[in-house]
Amino acid sequence: MAKTKRIIITILLRLLAFGATLSATVVMVTSHESAKVMNIKFSAKFSNSPTFKFYVTAEAIATGYGLIVLFLSSRRSVDRLIMILDVVIALILTSSISAALAVAQIGKKGDSHAGWLPVCNQVPKFCDHVTGALIAGFVAAIAYLVLNLYSLHVFLTPLFPV
Amino acid sequence: MALQSGEKLPMFIGHVWSKQKSRWTLLGLRLLAFLAAAAATLVMVLNKQTKTFVVATIGTTPVNLTLTAKFHHTPAFVFFAIANGLVSIHNLVMIMVDLLGSKFDYKGFQLPMIASLDMLNLALVSGGANAAAFMAELGKNGNSHARWDKICDKFGAYCDRGAGALIASFLALALMLVISFLSILNLKLVNSSSHNSHNNIIALPN
Repeated sequence: MAKTKRIIITILLRLLAFGATLSATVVMVTSHESAKVMNIKFSAKFSNSPTFKFYVTAEAIATGYGLIVLFLSSRRSVDRLIMILDVVIALILTSSISAALAVAQIGKKGDSHAGWLPVCNQVPKFCDHVTGALIAGFVAAIAYLVLNLYSLHVFLTPLFPV
Repeated sequence: MALQSGEKLPMFIGHVWSKQKSRWTLLGLRLLAFLAAAAATLVMVLNKQTKTFVVATIGTTPVNLTLTAKFHHTPAFVFFAIANGLVSIHNLVMIMVDLLGSKFDYKGFQLPMIASLDMLNLALVSGGANAAAFMAELGKNGNSHARWDKICDKFGAYCDRGAGALIASFLALALMLVISFLSILNLKLVNSSSHNSHNNIIALPN
């Protein structure tokens, strides 16, 4: 009974993380908008910024990993390897989301000291799209963190009544 | 290793830990990580450059504009400084716990707490270092699509010092990764002695 409960919670967390990373990738890749400001065509795509390209790559790797592990999660022989890889993927996810958040914040508020104007006034739909992708990425990072702590707890509490 | 019902199985034996050689390796790594993170914090917090530009000339007198680049103008760098500060404090506290903590009774929670806290601080320092790295890349190359000019050609010393802080922080990140894995491995070493008793215990009546 306790073993089934553990398996269910783990699979639910992995499904949540997989869904979040998948939606973050897809929403970020499909975000583009063009605006015409005083006869100059101003087009915003995710590939304009190396940070967002890194974000898409990291989330895509996490999605592929999540898909593979969903099919393998109950095998005992790869248990320890999966625990280690979970930590690595959580690390990649937190770095990509924090980097993308830093650049997105500059895009929204600008940086008056460096003379950088905010771009969200010209391309508001692009900004909303990117915000959605970032929220999904944030949920994925937190889900992987909770998954790591839960795996640690499962590892440390063998199944017998204390 | 059959137990009577009602007897508790000790999960974590505290003093097995203190006699192993890996303890000194871990301590040395923690000291290095503390130094690297503290250096990153200090270099970033003290990073400042002032420069005077001539923007116009009225008659024969030039009009000067003085600009200062400080780390707290950029929120990513503030996060970087805070994250590295927290990680250096964490490593300092862990060193003290290792050297002086054998007098306290942690009721078996010491090793899992150390492993969890190491994982959380790993995520923290990774987030801080990467946010600052991409912000520094933006400052170095600019972004032509968003009409953002690069600033490193005007404030060269600020950029160089920021790069130094970033390198120290990535070094701390690599060290925290190794420390985290060593802490989790320490859990495994102590806990594997109770794995063999699994089969005996499940057969006992509840």
